[in-house]
Amino acid sequence: MNEQEQQLLLEIADDELILGWRDSEWTGIAPLLEEDVAFSSIAQNEIGHARALYELVARERSMTADELAFDRRPDEYRCARIVELRLLDWEKTIARHYLYEEADASRLEQLKRSDDPEIAGLAAKIDREEAYHRMHAQMWFDRLQGELRFTAALEELRPLLDSGRDEHTPELGELWEEMTMVRRSQPAGTRW
Amino acid sequence: MVSEAEVWAALADIPDPEIPVISLVDLGVVRNVDVAENRVRVDFTPTFLGCPALEAMRDQMASRIRALGAEPEINVRLDDSWSTDRITPEGREKLRASGFAPPAPRVPEGPTLVELQTGAHRCPYCGSRKTRLENIFGPTPCRSVRYCTSCRQPFEQFKTI
Repeated sequence: MNEQEQQLLLEIADDELILGWRDSEWTGIAPLLEEDVAFSSIAQNEIGHARALYELVARERSMTADELAFDRRPDEYRCARIVELRLLDWEKTIARHYLYEEADASRLEQLKRSDDPEIAGLAAKIDREEAYHRMHAQMWFDRLQGELRFTAALEELRPLLDSGRDEHTPELGELWEEMTMVRRSQPAGTRW
Repeated sequence: MVSEAEVWAALADIPDPEIPVISLVDLGVVRNVDVAENRVRVDFTPTFLGCPALEAMRDQMASRIRALGAEPEINVRLDDSWSTDRITPEGREKLRASGFAPPAPRVPEGPTLVELQTGAHRCPYCGSRKTRLENIFGPTPCRSVRYCTSCRQPFEQFKTI
C-alpha cells in the first residue's frame, strides 16, 4: 500500500471516527425514540468502519489501530470539517447526514475499484453497510426537503464537505480532549 | 493431534454472543479451518464491522481451540466475503423459530428503501406478508424493526448484506 493510499484510508477513517462520535451524541436525547436507536446504530457502524480502515493502515506502519485513532495530535487528523461540528439542531444533523452519505458513497465507489484487493474488498463491505445509512438519510431528505430550515442547513454545511483537511475547527480539539481523556490518563508503564 | 472435524464441531458449539439461538458455524462466519501440527488456523469473516460481538466471537473461538489442546490463530478477513446469504438453512430456521425474520437473499444492486417499505418481508410469527418497516435500525447493527399488521406483533428483521 503506497503512502497516497494510506493517506486516503486515513482521511476516510478519521471522517468515520469523528462522525461516529458526533452521531453518538444523539443517544438518549434524539427527538424521536426511533432516531435514538438509528443514530446510535449508525454511530456504531461508522466507528467499526474506522477501526477496520485504521487496521489496514496500522499494519503498514507497524502500529495498532488504537494508536492511529487516539494517539495523534488533533492537528494531525485528516477529517473534513463537516464531521467535526457539534450539531445540536436536528435539521442540521440530518443535513450533514445526507451530505456526508452522498459524498461517502462516491468515494467508496472509487475505492471499490482499487487495484489493491484488500482495499477494494473492505470498501465493498463498508458500502453494503452504508447502503442502510443512505436509505435512512434519503428517507429524512424526502420528509424535510420542503422545509426552509432544512434547505438552509444544507446550504450552510455543504461547503464544509470540501473545505480542505489541513485546517480544523476548534470543535475537533474539544472532541479530541473528550475522546482521548481516558486513554491519556492511563498509568505510566501500562498499555491498553 | 486435533482433527479439522473436531475443530468444526467445537466451533459449532459456540453461540452467537448477541443472538445465542444460532452458532458461529450457522452464521457462516467461519470460512476455513486449517490444522497443522499443533496449530489451528481459523479464517473468520466479521458480520457487520461495527458489531460489538466480534471480539467476543474471536476470543471464544480461541479458547475452544485451546481447550482441544491446540494453539489457535484467528485470522480476521476484512473483505466482502461474508454475506447474510452465508447463514445456513439450519441457522435461518433457528432464527425464524425465535422470532427473528431471516434475511432476504442478496441481490446485485443492493437493498432499496422501496423494497424495505413494501410488504415483501414475512412475519416470523404468523407468516403474513402484511408487515411494515418501523425502523431501518434496531438493537444491533444487523437488525431492522418491522411490525406485522396481521398478528400485531413487532419483530426484528435481519438486514441483508
